[in-house]
Amino acid sequence: MTGNSPPPASARRLRRRWYLLLLLPYVFLLWVPLYARQRPELFGFPFFYWYQFLWIFLSALLTGLVYRKTRAL
Amino acid sequence: MAGVNAPATAVFAFFIVLVAVVGFFSGRWRSGDLGHIEEWGLAGRQFGTVVSWFLIGGDFYTAYTLIAVPALVFGVGASGFFALVYTIIVYPFVFLVMPRLWNVSKRHNYVTLADFAQGRYGSHWLALAIAISGILATMPYIALQLVGMQVSIAALGFGNTAWPLVAAFLILAAFDYTSGMRAPATISLIKGVMVYGFVLAAVVWVPLKLGGYAHIFHVAARTLALRPKPGFLILPHGQFTAFATLALGSALAAFLYPHTATSVLSSSSGTVIRRNAVLLPAYTFLLGLLALLGYMAIAAGVSVHSTNDVVPALFLKLFPSWFAGFCFAAIAVGGLVPAAIMSIASSNLFTRNIYRPYLRPALGRAEEARVAKLVSLLIKFGALAFVLWGNATYVINLQLLGGIWILQTLPAIVFGLFRRWFHPLALVVGWLAGMAVGTSMAWSQGIATLYPLHIAGFTFTAYAAIDALALNLGLALLLTPLLRRLGFASGHDQTQPADYEDPVPALAGAVALGAAPQRGGA
Repeated sequence: MTGNSPPPASARRLRRRWYLLLLLPYVFLLWVPLYARQRPELFGFPFFYWYQFLWIFLSALLTGLVYRKTRAL
Repeated sequence: MAGVNAPATAVFAFFIVLVAVVGFFSGRWRSGDLGHIEEWGLAGRQFGTVVSWFLIGGDFYTAYTLIAVPALVFGVGASGFFALVYTIIVYPFVFLVMPRLWNVSKRHNYVTLADFAQGRYGSHWLALAIAISGILATMPYIALQLVGMQVSIAALGFGNTAWPLVAAFLILAAFDYTSGMRAPATISLIKGVMVYGFVLAAVVWVPLKLGGYAHIFHVAARTLALRPKPGFLILPHGQFTAFATLALGSALAAFLYPHTATSVLSSSSGTVIRRNAVLLPAYTFLLGLLALLGYMAIAAGVSVHSTNDVVPALFLKLFPSWFAGFCFAAIAVGGLVPAAIMSIASSNLFTRNIYRPYLRPALGRAEEARVAKLVSLLIKFGALAFVLWGNATYVINLQLLGGIWILQTLPAIVFGLFRRWFHPLALVVGWLAGMAVGTSMAWSQGIATLYPLHIAGFTFTAYAAIDALALNLGLALLLTPLLRRLGFASGHDQTQPADYEDPVPALAGAVALGAAPQRGGA
């Protein structure tokens, strides 16, 4: 990379594109009609509940991916 | 309750004493000069990923959370799960915003969010606004931690006797005074292990006793529907906006509180904060399980006078006494960590952003730390007096208003971390309007956080904090160009764009792309 100077503009643009992934948890959790339903159930959990639990992991995975992809830039 | 539960009390006492000892000795841990506010109030900004994980987790998921989230789900059903959504979507926000706050604060020795507002906008009025929001919102929050501790002590069979709470409180005050932020950091390790222990045991053991999750959900749905004010297992249409705005508003406000900002600032680098944005959802998973306890309590047929007693009543009913005692100790320790950080954070705000600029400009470093320690004691005693002689409902209402107040600092802090576009005076006016309107909206509904807004024949019931924030931002957007045109000085910005970025390691030029050097410690 470029020594002590800040990262070049192209690297910053690339980093911004990865940041867009962080919008996904907001879309999929704040659009409530997507998951306010009973079925399909999983291990006795209505969809409304296991969908939210699933998103804990998805959101952490997405954030982890963005972390890995942006820290070298 | 008749008589003291001896086995539960013995286990409880053991853990409280353990925590007291650890708290006192933690001042020596990676010791620095505790006569300096960055050492006392931020523990020298040196916590790595693991300690920060325990500290931020132990700070953010408070004792009141442990009591109130299951109580809410017990009381209203599905809409209580906004807390789970909120604690998921908070972390992408933390990932993007908080490392910038850490970087600029490290570079300019900012200890509070109001310090940042002062440095960025050169306006002590704006800094005062941030400090007032922070202190007002935090004081009732401290009192609520004591309420959480009181609930767990009462469940041991002490009823409403004051002395056990006073004893726990004195321990808190003493270790906070002597050890500063190092005390909650070490105690948060114990808290993390205890809380994980009790929640995991509960979500495995209780369904076994109650006939499985499918049965628990089934009974909960039936019981909620039969209530005088029916609750729902699946969120109904009419509650969608309320649910989404509560989740969003809470998530945006969560890390603008003085205590969460303080624990973030005490970590050792922006990278530590980003890693924790990835790892802290493990605590959110715990919160989700905890919320399920509300349904378990319904299925177990727990009946209580106050919903705050739901969790203790469930444990007393289903667990052996010694394990119930362990759970109550976990809740009480769970209150010590955030209460300590909250009182440190609000005394930092008072000392640096009110006392020094307005009352004593010549404040020296040693005196600053001494004043902060004293003020943190005063704040805690205020909270204790409130809990002992005040009214718990009043405390809860103030804390609900606190969320509305804190969110009004978002335009100055969050936007300020990316661009300095707003005029500081426009931000102050927006803040005032947001505070006033948000408070009166909540007040008009009998201190409820949801407000039915009527627009063009439609009614949108939403979190009042979000409505107030929209007004706040709108005013700041309109007034900024106006104030500039009228020639109002827009203050001096002491920060540079590079201050917000991670420091570039000196050897970066010699390292190939993709094999970046380790920044920060683990």
